[in-house]
Amino acid sequence: MTDDADSKGTTTADGFRVLWVGVKREPRVFIVATLGAVLFGVLTVADAWVLGWSTQHVLIPAFDTGEIGTDLLVWVFVLFMSVAILRAIGIVARRLGGGIMYYRMQSHTRRGVTRQYLALPMEWHQRHPTGQLLSNAYSDVEAAWSPIMPLPMALGTVVMMVVAVAQMFVADVVMAIVGLLVFPAVVVANLLYQRYASPLMTRAQGLRAEVSEIAHESFDGAMVVKTLGREVEETDRFRAKAQELRDVNIRAGRIRAVFDPALASLPGLGVLVVLAVGVSRVSSGATSAGDVVTIAYLLTIVSFPIRAIGWLLGEFPRSVVGYRRAKAVLDATGAMSFGPDELPRTDAGALLQVEDLHYSYDPDNPLLRGLDLEVKPGRTVALVGATASGKSTLTSLLSRLVDPDAGAIRLDGRDLRTLRKGELPRDVALVPQTAFMFDDTVRGNVTLGADVPDEEVWSALRTSQADGFVAALPDGLDTKLGERGTSLSGGQRQRLSLARALVRRPRLLILDDATSAVDPEVEARILASLRDDVHGAAASLLVVAYRKATISLADEVAHLEGGRIVGRGTHAELLESSPAYAHLVNAYEVDPEGSSVDAGRDNA
Amino acid sequence: MSTTAPAATAGTKMDSGEDIGAIATIRLGMKYSPELREGIGLTMLFAIISSCGQIVVPIAVQQTLDRGLNAPGGPRLDYVAWMGVLAAVAIGLTSWASYAMTTRLFTTSEHGLATLRTKAFRHVHDLPLLTQNTERRGALVSRVTTDVDQVSQFLVFGGLIFVVSIGQMLVATVLMLVYSWELAAVVWLAFLPLFLSIRWFQKKLSAAYTVVRHQVGVLLGAISEPVVGAAVVRSYGVEDRTQARIDTAIQDWQNAYTHAQTYTVTSFSLGGLSAGLANAGVIIIGVLLGFTGDMTPGKVLAFAFLVSLFVGPVQMGTQILTDAQNAISSWRRVLGILETPADLIDPGPDGEVLPRGPIDVRFADVTFNYPDGPPVLREVDLAIDAGTRVAIVGETGSGKSTFAKLLTRLMDPVDGAVLLDGVDVRRIEPRSLRRSVVLVPQEGFLFDDTIAANVRYGRLEASEAEIRESATQLGIDDWLDGLPRGLHTQVGQRGESMSAGERQLVALLRAHLADPDLLVLDEATSAVDPALEMQIGRALERLMQSRTSVTIAHRLSTAEGADEVIVVDKGRVVQRGPHSVLVTQEGSVYAGLHASWIAQHSQV
Repeated sequence: MTDDADSKGTTTADGFRVLWVGVKREPRVFIVATLGAVLFGVLTVADAWVLGWSTQHVLIPAFDTGEIGTDLLVWVFVLFMSVAILRAIGIVARRLGGGIMYYRMQSHTRRGVTRQYLALPMEWHQRHPTGQLLSNAYSDVEAAWSPIMPLPMALGTVVMMVVAVAQMFVADVVMAIVGLLVFPAVVVANLLYQRYASPLMTRAQGLRAEVSEIAHESFDGAMVVKTLGREVEETDRFRAKAQELRDVNIRAGRIRAVFDPALASLPGLGVLVVLAVGVSRVSSGATSAGDVVTIAYLLTIVSFPIRAIGWLLGEFPRSVVGYRRAKAVLDATGAMSFGPDELPRTDAGALLQVEDLHYSYDPDNPLLRGLDLEVKPGRTVALVGATASGKSTLTSLLSRLVDPDAGAIRLDGRDLRTLRKGELPRDVALVPQTAFMFDDTVRGNVTLGADVPDEEVWSALRTSQADGFVAALPDGLDTKLGERGTSLSGGQRQRLSLARALVRRPRLLILDDATSAVDPEVEARILASLRDDVHGAAASLLVVAYRKATISLADEVAHLEGGRIVGRGTHAELLESSPAYAHLVNAYEVDPEGSSVDAGRDNA
Repeated sequence: MSTTAPAATAGTKMDSGEDIGAIATIRLGMKYSPELREGIGLTMLFAIISSCGQIVVPIAVQQTLDRGLNAPGGPRLDYVAWMGVLAAVAIGLTSWASYAMTTRLFTTSEHGLATLRTKAFRHVHDLPLLTQNTERRGALVSRVTTDVDQVSQFLVFGGLIFVVSIGQMLVATVLMLVYSWELAAVVWLAFLPLFLSIRWFQKKLSAAYTVVRHQVGVLLGAISEPVVGAAVVRSYGVEDRTQARIDTAIQDWQNAYTHAQTYTVTSFSLGGLSAGLANAGVIIIGVLLGFTGDMTPGKVLAFAFLVSLFVGPVQMGTQILTDAQNAISSWRRVLGILETPADLIDPGPDGEVLPRGPIDVRFADVTFNYPDGPPVLREVDLAIDAGTRVAIVGETGSGKSTFAKLLTRLMDPVDGAVLLDGVDVRRIEPRSLRRSVVLVPQEGFLFDDTIAANVRYGRLEASEAEIRESATQLGIDDWLDGLPRGLHTQVGQRGESMSAGERQLVALLRAHLADPDLLVLDEATSAVDPALEMQIGRALERLMQSRTSVTIAHRLSTAEGADEVIVVDKGRVVQRGPHSVLVTQEGSVYAGLHASWIAQHSQV
């Protein structure tokens, strides 16, 4: 997702461009921090001046005359302390300002990146691993803004540098020019550094994401790793990436190790060159020894700003790389568009119509080809089809997680794509096969922040047969899930996930095999209470089902095969009219009289 | 740090490392990353040379100017030339020493940290499942990613420089004492408040940065919600709420950092005040000493120069100390993982190796409860003969899944023992246990790779031909051949490109390749299409051949097919025998389960 192509030579410019974004965004903090740095720079010079003043007006006269007025000593104290206090204020403004700006910019970018995570379509998410997205939002953002900390200092010292350079020209133009050769040297050193360091930094940020990916996945699959005793191999997989990152970091470090002392020694070398030139000029009478001394001293003063700028530039490669990676998320397009339409405000079940629906993940192998389906208000339709026939895809299309390639889905006569944002989730609830729990309380996981009285939460929990175990949790509805607390079984999670849908009183409820991890016994109870509940509220229900108990709950069965609905009717009707359906549903038949699985195989 | 003896049950809390002191952290860090000590003496030498250079070079330049250029009677060319050469050599030596130091620091720290990262990663896998589940995934990942990165900054740019700074400070103190013990005392007195405040600041900073690191974990957890729960967030239209939660986490993170930065800045600026106090004090006391003793203006000025030699390292040291707190907090969190006991004690080299061939199983008076929880299993005593096929049934919450976890040693019993072939599982060598006993969990987690790579988790060296052979034996070769890319089909993140049923098939294939002697099956309850379910049933049947198998059955049909059924109720074994016998025991738990199963599965 990063483009490595344009990293040559432009890093410095890009680095400043990134900083400019930050300055424009937080101008006030930036100004405070920079003024603090200027204050610091000025007072560093003032410190030397106070020492000089004290020497001249206090120290030497005192020793000469053998007496001293108390007021003068007070002055010495006051002057030193005022400079120290002002300098401390400068430091606070510079460092606190720099810090605040750094943290704020990270926050701005993170808000932007996470908004994108929420806005971008599901297809985008399916293409990007979790670990990478976490890395984009955290470590890339951190890297992007890392030059902000040294920025005020670097700018503050520029003032120091300008004053010094001006004085150099006043002293002797030729030697000033010779001395200032230090600057092009700094630029060249920096360009070389960027050139060699940038690719390594790019690689390192990429590897950080990969390390994070492996850790995320491996911890996710901890159960498999543990039960198959694959800890060693997983560790090897992680170690390989960690070591690759280590080696890249070491190579980058080696370049930094060349750059830092090179930059630090440039002013010293400059002084030596000035001395060489100066001595010959003094010998030829072109200049005075005093001017050489002045320029040499001024050059040493310049060395500090150069260091500060070096610290800034040293952060650029990492910053530019991090910014590019975060920007790739910020610039990703494909957010879902919404229309102006609203759904009728009613409690009645919704009418769902699907017309000539086409959808494919892989253009050569379309999954849905011209699917038609209707769920009348208040009716229950069971969707039956073989594995990988596209049932789950259909449920994501119906809840508009993805949009169809062609055809239309209408709710109460309105195409889903013309609905206003928020309309669909208000009336349609999808309960997926894998339940996702938020890092929140049981109540928060059921209500998702909606203002729902506890009785309704309990009622939904009752319907989904979750009231029993929730009541037994240490803090009941207020029990925190997901962190340092209770971990729930798959079945319990599914029941909470179902309650989450029920509590919203949807007008269309879509269950995508949503009770798969629940014991059949419990499932039977859920289905029974769901039927009462749903029918009581007259919601429409579409349920992906295999078990006959589930199918038997439906008013109508739709048989999905080859990307179309090939049969519709009651279970009995379909059994009779469609051999394919009969084959699918009866392939595994439970005989109440106790025949084994083998008997089932014989029927197939 | 936990000092309690490992209990028989799994611990439930990850050590946050918060109780480890700063020095202890570094010592512990060194213990886990021995590379950090490597060649530290030589590195220190380079550090000293390079920091001496920072003082020597300006002095050399100054001497050249004073004695060479400004020499009485015109510039002394030979002196200038010699000193110039000397200064150039000093610059070269210093730069080289600095390069050598930085390179060595990068090399040892990155090696040490890669080791730390890997060890921590491995230790997460060694922790009991229960402990793993108590941490947010994002937070756990952050401990092996961003936390480690943070330590690296400190190790390269902090640790050693700090030691050198203290050295410089001591040298400067000795020099000051030689010049004038009275003035040296003045300087130390001026800095005393700073030194005394350091402890207090360290405590505050440590607390502040512990909050920071905690907030980083919270932030990563919040960011992972819209990524991992992308579908749920969209289908329930809770983007705004999710964003609000992320924004809160971002704001809390920012506040935590700003708070910590405030302490850093205050502590650092105090150093400046002390320096002002010291300078003023030296002049004032110097003057006063001049009246009584042998103080001269030259001596006072020379002393003022020594003060600057003292102040520099003090400020550098304070800065490192404050910046270090962030790194130390991160380090602590990583070390916290390693200090969390892996409660399941590895028997080490004395571990017994199980012979190959079907295993007999015995539960000897096994009692189990989760920490602070009610008993899940109570004094269960039972034996399972080698080569038999056993189904364990019971209501949700009866404790039946605990059997699987104890058999595969995901947890250890609180009381009693689980014996395989007469050997306590706690005494079996882990590799041997994992080879002989394989658990097929309810939800087959797959890694984001090909089917082939996923099944190789069962047997690493399995060739493609062997995998095919396994598939043929399980009767799922036609399913495999039906996939677009066969064994090379990518399964997607967490296996989500495949249906639940297909994931199960991969998990079974994986188990078959592992070729266990005891197969523990937590039966998948997810409903798959009957044809596929048939295929799974058949594959299972074959997988169980000529091994001992224990199935945690959710379907009574599975129990029907077993040699023996064990019925669990409220943590006790209440019935045992073949299905045909149990089902006739009227009023029994099994008869009840059977009746409700029949009711659900009979045709309506």
